[in-house]
Amino acid sequence: MMDDDRHVDTSTAARAQPTSDDVILQVSNLGKQFGGVAAVSGVDLDVYRHETLAIIGPNGAGKTTFYNLLSGRMQPTSGRIVFDGRDITGLPPHRISRLGVSRSFQINNIFEDMTVRENVEVAVTAFRGDSHRWANVASRNVPIQDEADGLLARLSLSTLADRRAGTISYGDKRLVEIAVVLATRPHLVLLDEPTAGMTPDETHRVTDLIMSLRASGDYTFLITEHDMNVVFGLADRILVMHRGQKLVLGTPQEVRTHPEVRRAYLGDAEEEIAT
Amino acid sequence: MNGVIRGGIMGSLSLALLNSLDIGLLLFIIAVGLSIVFGVLSVINFAHGALYMLGAYLAFSCINGLGMPFWLTVLVAPLAVAALAVLIDRLMMRFVYQREPADSLLLTFALLLILNESVRLTWGTGIHVVEPPALLQGTITLFGGIQYPLYNLFVIAIGGVALVGLWLLFNKTRVGKIMRAAALDRDMAQVLCINTRLVVTGVFAFGAWLAALGGVVAAPMRSIDPGMGDKIIIESFIIVVIGGLGSFPGALLGALILGLIHGLGGRYLPQINLMLPFVGMAIVLLLKPHGLMGRRASL
Amino acid sequence: MSTDNQTMTVSSRPSRKSSLRRITVLVLTVMLVLLIALPWLVPYFYIFIATEILILGLFAASFNLIFGYTGMLSFGHAAFFGMGSYVVAMLLQSFQWPLLACLLAAVMVAALLAWVIGFFCVRLNEVYFAMLTLAFGMMVFAVAHQWRSVTNGSDGIAGFSVTSFGLGLELTLGNPSVYYHVVLVLVVLAVALLYLICRSSFGLTLRAIRQNPERVAFCGLNVRRYRLAAFTVAGAFAGLAGGLMAPFLRIASPELLHWSMSAEPVLMTILGGSGYFLGPFVGAGVFVLLETWVTSMTQAWMLVLGIILALMVMFFRRGLLGTILHWLQERK
Repeated sequence: MMDDDRHVDTSTAARAQPTSDDVILQVSNLGKQFGGVAAVSGVDLDVYRHETLAIIGPNGAGKTTFYNLLSGRMQPTSGRIVFDGRDITGLPPHRISRLGVSRSFQINNIFEDMTVRENVEVAVTAFRGDSHRWANVASRNVPIQDEADGLLARLSLSTLADRRAGTISYGDKRLVEIAVVLATRPHLVLLDEPTAGMTPDETHRVTDLIMSLRASGDYTFLITEHDMNVVFGLADRILVMHRGQKLVLGTPQEVRTHPEVRRAYLGDAEEEIAT
Repeated sequence: MNGVIRGGIMGSLSLALLNSLDIGLLLFIIAVGLSIVFGVLSVINFAHGALYMLGAYLAFSCINGLGMPFWLTVLVAPLAVAALAVLIDRLMMRFVYQREPADSLLLTFALLLILNESVRLTWGTGIHVVEPPALLQGTITLFGGIQYPLYNLFVIAIGGVALVGLWLLFNKTRVGKIMRAAALDRDMAQVLCINTRLVVTGVFAFGAWLAALGGVVAAPMRSIDPGMGDKIIIESFIIVVIGGLGSFPGALLGALILGLIHGLGGRYLPQINLMLPFVGMAIVLLLKPHGLMGRRASL
Repeated sequence: MSTDNQTMTVSSRPSRKSSLRRITVLVLTVMLVLLIALPWLVPYFYIFIATEILILGLFAASFNLIFGYTGMLSFGHAAFFGMGSYVVAMLLQSFQWPLLACLLAAVMVAALLAWVIGFFCVRLNEVYFAMLTLAFGMMVFAVAHQWRSVTNGSDGIAGFSVTSFGLGLELTLGNPSVYYHVVLVLVVLAVALLYLICRSSFGLTLRAIRQNPERVAFCGLNVRRYRLAAFTVAGAFAGLAGGLMAPFLRIASPELLHWSMSAEPVLMTILGGSGYFLGPFVGAGVFVLLETWVTSMTQAWMLVLGIILALMVMFFRRGLLGTILHWLQERK
């Protein structure tokens, strides 16, 4: 009755240098029209396996819409998305998630009435294909509990495990969100402004986590961010979006020195880095 | 409700179509009120049918009890119900507007129980009858030798007037624009200094007024009994599901379709007539789940 | 706002949690003993009250699986309850099957009906869902009302008696006290099963769906399927309750399918508290006792019902159990 086409993936691929024929995500001419407004148009992008690609641009540049298209939350009006060799254009979110794509949201999207541990449990249970089991006692399922606890420990959330998620701090909620995202062991992780509203310490936790995950597992990261320190600290490449279109795609150095980008977007960001 | 057939099959069909128009337009008046309230307030008023029923019973009391002329009743009764709706909004609904949708559904459901029982306790369980006003009694001979009740033609006329009037209201007046704005984004409307509290109460009362108007107009055409509210709310639900919640043209389309089902079904398929609306709704749900006029189309 | 069903305290240290649990177990055990001994403890009349409370409690608990756990507000739950009644009544009248066999049939037919209706209803958001369940519920009512040749129309199906129970047990089911104990055993078993389901991974997933269906979809689950499953299971339990009701009332009539019957589990759950597993049972108890008391004085019971529901929704959304437990937590 409940199909499960995900396998529990325990391989730990070493972090290889991205080669041009190791593309995990291929986006061709992707577009989304709302009436007369093109929120996203004509975006072409190849994301290499295991890279960390940052997406920057002012508000309204289309970053979140882009994520919505990739994750199945919205249907594109044009273009194609190919993930790991499979055409996922227009698939519903749960199917795309099953294939190994996971995303976080700009606004906290967790289960506020459940404990922090239960939040992660739901995702772990779903990943393991156990969500349909009706005759077990969920809170005593040791493998799932252990996996959830392990993930919480990695994010330094263990002390909050039994707290109701609605009662913890904003920054901690963002971390719970990231834990839930990671619990389904995705290969492509879309993080939508993960450090927004976080304290410097919390931001560090996130960046450290991403770096340790990159080193130990088969992850590719897409990160939209406004915090340029995070961007330049983590990104292998940066995509700059403007008015729904791809403006520049390149290494941090290329982006930093690109005249158009400098002029339009990095003006105040450079000041931020300097201070 | 039906006229006498004289013209054979063509006459029979014309009669069925007239009945369809008649029923359809009346249903439109009632269903569009439900749809408007949802469109602007995001609330499905489960008591909408009860307000319709209240309008009909008030018409009965005004005409038969107080001897009020029909035209005055048409003015007074719906306004009285609208006034009641203002009270309901200020005293009850205001608690649930900001909460999760389930709470407003529950409250209007409670309202349904309260209104239904109040009507039953006030007027009893028997059936009441209201005669059409003297001016509109009797039948008139139409094309093809059909004899059609004059009052039913009046209902068609009223329905047409209401249709045009509402369309003008929403598209050509400031009030209509405000309602559409509030429907699209209540926070934004507030920022623009539109008095949303007034809009909320006003829309709720307006929806009630439409329902009661439908009740008053329907009273001389149908028997007035305590179950009429239930029947109408189900019909209204089917209409907005078929047409699309929150959509003005959707309500019209859905009402006309249902009118056709009743008019044609009543004459040609009396056995399964009761099931047809549900079947129609089920088909629409399978093919276009958000209604024929799509998702949350503008008013 | 309803609290989550499993966490009874906001921040729970193991000692608090286990002492609360121990108290709950103690209270439930005492209640069970009292329930078993009931016919010898109270006046004859109250055996009927107790039977009704048990049956309606199960009905309300099945509703809460959809509402409190999965977050779907259904106004047509009586369709499955009434269907269960009709199935048992018809089987008893025509074939005199043992009661257990009739109940099994009732459960299966009700589940099938729930699956069909649910298929249409769960695809849409909660506003549509509420409307559609009301509409489809009334459709079933209309069919039962009109289809005289099968359902005997508004007169309902009566004139049957339940003679044998099944499993080779010789029970005089005509004796209210005996029937009460049968109902007690079956309801307790059903509730235990329901509780198991609620505490399972499936139950966890349903609770997640109530709070944030989108997030659940992004975890890789087809939310619609889970909602349909919950709706079907709830329909099955409602069918069981309805099946137990038919021999109790000695009639299966269309009123059991009407939306006013669908309102009862809604009210009971709100009354008791949708955020707790036992909320619906508390609500059922209060409801039946209240109904008995009010109807002895006035004709306006439905009016009182409506007023109580309105007041609960406006001011006591957590329900009786929820408000009491919340107050206890605040005091600690």
